[in-house]
Amino acid sequence: MRAIFLAFAVLCGTCIKVQAQDLQPLLQTHAEEVAKPSRRSVGVMLDDLVASGLPQVPRFLEQWAGRSVWQGPDGVFFFGTEDGDTLVLEDVDSGETRTVPDDGYTQLRPNGGVRRVIGTALVQFQLADPDIARRQSAVESIARRPAADQLAPLVASIDGEADEELRARKIQLANFLTARFGETAEARIEAINSLAADTSVEARSVLNQILTRDTGVASTEPEGNIARILDPMEAPDDFYAELVEAGFAPAQTGPATIRAALEANIDGGTVGGVPLAQLSTDAARERAYAALARDGLAPPLVTQTTRDAALAAFVFYELYDEDNAAITEAAEAALASVEQRVAFAQAADLALDGLSLASIYFLAAIGLAITFGVMGVINMAHGEFIMMGAYTGYVIQLFIPDYTIAILVALPVAFAVTFAAGVTMERLVIRHLYHRPLETLLATFGISIALQQLAKNIFGTQARPLTSPDWLSGAWVISDVIQISYIRIAIFVLALLFLALILFVLKRTRLGLEVRAVTQNPGMAASMGINPDRINMLTFGLGSGIAGIAGVAIGLYAKVTSEMGADYIVQSFMTVVVGGVGNVWGTLAGASLIGFLQKGIEWLNPSNTLAAQTYMILFIILFIQFRPKGIVALKGRAAAD
Amino acid sequence: MAMLLEVSGVSVSFDGFRAINNLSINFAEPELRAIIGPNGAGKTTFMDIVTGKTKPDEGTVIWGERNISLLGMSESQIAMEGIGRKFQKPTVFEAQTVRQNLALALHNPRGPFAVLTHRRTAKNAARIEAIADEIGLTGSLTRTAGELSHGQKQWLEIGMLLAQEPRLLLVDEPAAGMTVEEREKTTDILRRAAKTRAVVVVEHDMEFVRRLGCKVTVLHEGSVLAEGSLDHVTSNQTVIDVYLGRAHA
Amino acid sequence: MRQGFLYQNPSVLWFLAALGLFTVSVVMLSEVTGVAVVSTSFVKTLGKTLCLCLVAIAMDVVWGYCGILSLGHFAFFGIGGYAIGMWLMYARTEMIVLGSLEGQVIPPTPQEVSDAIGNQIFGVVGSSEFPLIWAFADSLFLQLLMVVLVPGLLALVFGWLAFRSRVTGVYLSILTQAMTLALSLYLFQNDSGLRGNNGLSGLQNIPGFEATSQAAISVVFFVASAVALGAGYVFFAWVVSGKMGSVIKGIRDNEARVRFLGYHVESYKLFVFTITAVVSGLAGALYYPQAGIINPGEIAPIASIYLAVWVAIGGRGRLYGAVIGAAFVSLLSSWFTGGGAPDIPLGFYTIQWTDWWLVLLGVSFVAVTLFFPKGIGGLFDYLVRKP
Repeated sequence: MRAIFLAFAVLCGTCIKVQAQDLQPLLQTHAEEVAKPSRRSVGVMLDDLVASGLPQVPRFLEQWAGRSVWQGPDGVFFFGTEDGDTLVLEDVDSGETRTVPDDGYTQLRPNGGVRRVIGTALVQFQLADPDIARRQSAVESIARRPAADQLAPLVASIDGEADEELRARKIQLANFLTARFGETAEARIEAINSLAADTSVEARSVLNQILTRDTGVASTEPEGNIARILDPMEAPDDFYAELVEAGFAPAQTGPATIRAALEANIDGGTVGGVPLAQLSTDAARERAYAALARDGLAPPLVTQTTRDAALAAFVFYELYDEDNAAITEAAEAALASVEQRVAFAQAADLALDGLSLASIYFLAAIGLAITFGVMGVINMAHGEFIMMGAYTGYVIQLFIPDYTIAILVALPVAFAVTFAAGVTMERLVIRHLYHRPLETLLATFGISIALQQLAKNIFGTQARPLTSPDWLSGAWVISDVIQISYIRIAIFVLALLFLALILFVLKRTRLGLEVRAVTQNPGMAASMGINPDRINMLTFGLGSGIAGIAGVAIGLYAKVTSEMGADYIVQSFMTVVVGGVGNVWGTLAGASLIGFLQKGIEWLNPSNTLAAQTYMILFIILFIQFRPKGIVALKGRAAAD
Repeated sequence: MAMLLEVSGVSVSFDGFRAINNLSINFAEPELRAIIGPNGAGKTTFMDIVTGKTKPDEGTVIWGERNISLLGMSESQIAMEGIGRKFQKPTVFEAQTVRQNLALALHNPRGPFAVLTHRRTAKNAARIEAIADEIGLTGSLTRTAGELSHGQKQWLEIGMLLAQEPRLLLVDEPAAGMTVEEREKTTDILRRAAKTRAVVVVEHDMEFVRRLGCKVTVLHEGSVLAEGSLDHVTSNQTVIDVYLGRAHA
Repeated sequence: MRQGFLYQNPSVLWFLAALGLFTVSVVMLSEVTGVAVVSTSFVKTLGKTLCLCLVAIAMDVVWGYCGILSLGHFAFFGIGGYAIGMWLMYARTEMIVLGSLEGQVIPPTPQEVSDAIGNQIFGVVGSSEFPLIWAFADSLFLQLLMVVLVPGLLALVFGWLAFRSRVTGVYLSILTQAMTLALSLYLFQNDSGLRGNNGLSGLQNIPGFEATSQAAISVVFFVASAVALGAGYVFFAWVVSGKMGSVIKGIRDNEARVRFLGYHVESYKLFVFTITAVVSGLAGALYYPQAGIINPGEIAPIASIYLAVWVAIGGRGRLYGAVIGAAFVSLLSSWFTGGGAPDIPLGFYTIQWTDWWLVLLGVSFVAVTLFFPKGIGGLFDYLVRKP
């Protein structure tokens, strides 16, 4: 049959035009099989149909499998559509339609097994279909449900494939199929070996399919391709349960069984001669049970010794479904190599995750680094500025329906809003509290709870969406293992931009110079004509404005709630403190350390992000013991106070 | 005259700047010594090293008859060894009374539990009275330290150092911001204190140093430039150059 | 010595007298005596408030006197609550389980009892095994010891680490906040062994006193809280007076000076940090049986910040200030958020205090920091100075 398929595939491009023959006569020669197909008999007929090379064949097969072929009283086959009591008939060759009453017409209902066989026969047609969409869907349907008999048609269709991409896909798929169903062991092993470098989920599943195995138990080591012999003492109770299930041993007598047996055999205040009141220890219960077992009132007690003896008498093994040891060996080797590659890829993926988390922390913390680091002002309301920025973005999206424009508008507006808020706060509160850092901390905390509640009153407690434009949704898929969402890339880019911008402002502009002057010696700066009041105000505004922009960025990938600021404030302080106060690079280092570390800890214990955060904080507390001044520490007398 | 403190070969740098450069200096007990030098000569850093606030990069600091190294000891341990330090700016506990300030400094056990169960004794009260008398604050014992004048705060701080009963007193610019009479009184207090212990005064003011009438050490760029009587060092050409800010080759 | 101490601190006597009078009046007016002017639930609220006053005093000592703005003392309070809560919950569940197993013909084994209790307690977090930290839960004495030891040891270790590396000022505040956050995040986990975010509940039922009415229990706890507050007040007043007070106030005002006077500043800070943590734990152990439930949310960093807010509003650096602040703000807070305060209709908008109380608190807190750094307690200075 395969040979015929092959021959057909080679010819099909030309033969269709040459033979302009009708299908109906051919069908009539196999009328019996067509009308009442069975899985066994249908093969010959299908071979004939396919061999005819008629262009009508694929359509007929589809309709047949779809139960849309009817047989008339005269034995002629039609494509039919039921319409109430009438039937719309279509000639299998000419395509002419007519409407008739359905009396006397029989619908052909091939069963599931036959339909599958038909489907397989169809694949070769679909694989070579002129419509690329149909070819693709045929390939993907093979990929979804790979089977041995698809290999030949798939291989056959490769040469004729015009589309490069699809052709590559077909070759890959053919390779997968060869690995599982190839005719010779050599062909399979070769295909398996070629999978060793493929980290895709499909390739891994192909290898795992080859390596499927069954666990079993027997009194002696069985014949066959044994994967491994298991040591029952690793989990004796589980293995014993297997023995019981296989009928090789009596059920274990657990505390519950003992108790049930005792309860069933109470004999006037005693069980097995032991008074009821004494049965409050396991030892007494076992004694009573043993007495019952002696009297034949209960099955004998399976103690640990009997259990272990039973386990020792049997062999527990895993048996490959594949009999050829050479193939399983090759597959194991390939899988090991794939898994190693996957581990590397996962590490790369983890690094990307860490990078994006670090960018978020950096964005959240950099504003704080300016106000805290440069000015020595603790702004507990910093988180609320982040929240304000996010809500600004949300409000703007209510007015501007185009998300791209909305985001572009939101960034500067959020900056302006939080800049204004920051300047107001500096003027009204913080200005009066310079040199009283602890009180600044508390006063800004007061502002923080007021702002948080205010946001709750205005926007409600439920999370508000801040939707990213379409071009930011989706992810950059590098492989099945490594991928990163565009939004995170955007945040990373934004973080880089801000790093550059802030370095530029602080190092290259007049404002930056004045800020550094005021930081180091306000008195001297003032005497040189710099207005420290103005500088403090602007610095604080700048730090707050950046928090606003960070808010928009964070809002895009997380939810916007009135409490989102509180989620970031402690992390942000940690970032600044760990990195080293008063230094933009320090903040970068701190954010990187915390971001990567948190991802690393999450990787070690992926089920529990709370634990990851807990350990993270503990690490930071310890870290500060050893580097109280952070990673990038200022040294000397300047840093002393 | 036994050596009380021997500082030898000490260097320390901050971010590449050598604040102290191979400094060696000794003090005997009793002794009154003035250390002078222009800004940035390393006077304050020198005191930081002796009192344990700054750890030097190299060198040794040896203390007392038993030749203990002060490096590696904490500030409080060094203070308990008998080194008292007066800061440039008067640092007294402004929220507390003069008596409390002095009581805090008295030479008594310093552990938390000893302090918690501390009881007033007549002996301590007498000590406080004596010191108050010495520094001229007898009438002000019940006043809050914050209410005192600048000069009085300076004396109170000196008084607190005396109450600590140190063997070495490091005094940083005691005369800054004082009137002429106050200076005279300060000089008297220090000279009296130096009769039984080593007193090291860091000072800018030449007049004040002259009045102390003691051996003078000139520091410059973190090491000793000259040592001797005030007249001796002021006639030294390098010292004159340094003080007049002239570039010297 | 005691006489001398009280003689020097007449305010302690005044405080004790006021507290005594207050306690006696509340007891007389409670449902126990039949007067029932003060409802049982309000007795509980007052009892809880007294516990909050006690932790506020501890906070005042560590912050107002020693200058360490700890944002972790409410965590110690919570640990105290958890420690006593474990016993309360265990003992009560044990009783219920034993009661239900009573009817069985075959008496249960200890293992069966323990399994059943574990199932009852940890069923909500999908477990039935007793974690290691419950090892002493069956002993009231050992759990009471935990109330003292766990906060004490945690404070000792944390304080030792933080103080020895000379972390001070706002850094220390942030570090203590981080500690609190780590603790609450830990407790939020289901596998923390303390029932995750369900916390411990049913703590108002005291094992062995099932027959006693909640009215009586509430009065007992109220009086116990008052006694604890009184004792705590006297203890801390004694600590902060005399030479110890001198040293710790000195540390607050000028750490370096104290250090150069020869005091080992770190030991003092550690001492203050630890004893205040222990007292906070005790306060928590008295508070939560009155509250009935404790969950990790109680320990969240925000709670410790509120504690600082109370002390600041009451007036730090004076013990009665802390008491006034804690009582005033927490009672006011429950009045506002409990719907006690009337809404203010503005025509276009109605101010509902349940929504606006936090805004008011935040703003007034800023105002206190800016304009009345001495807090409410500062008013007493005017009263005292006037004559």
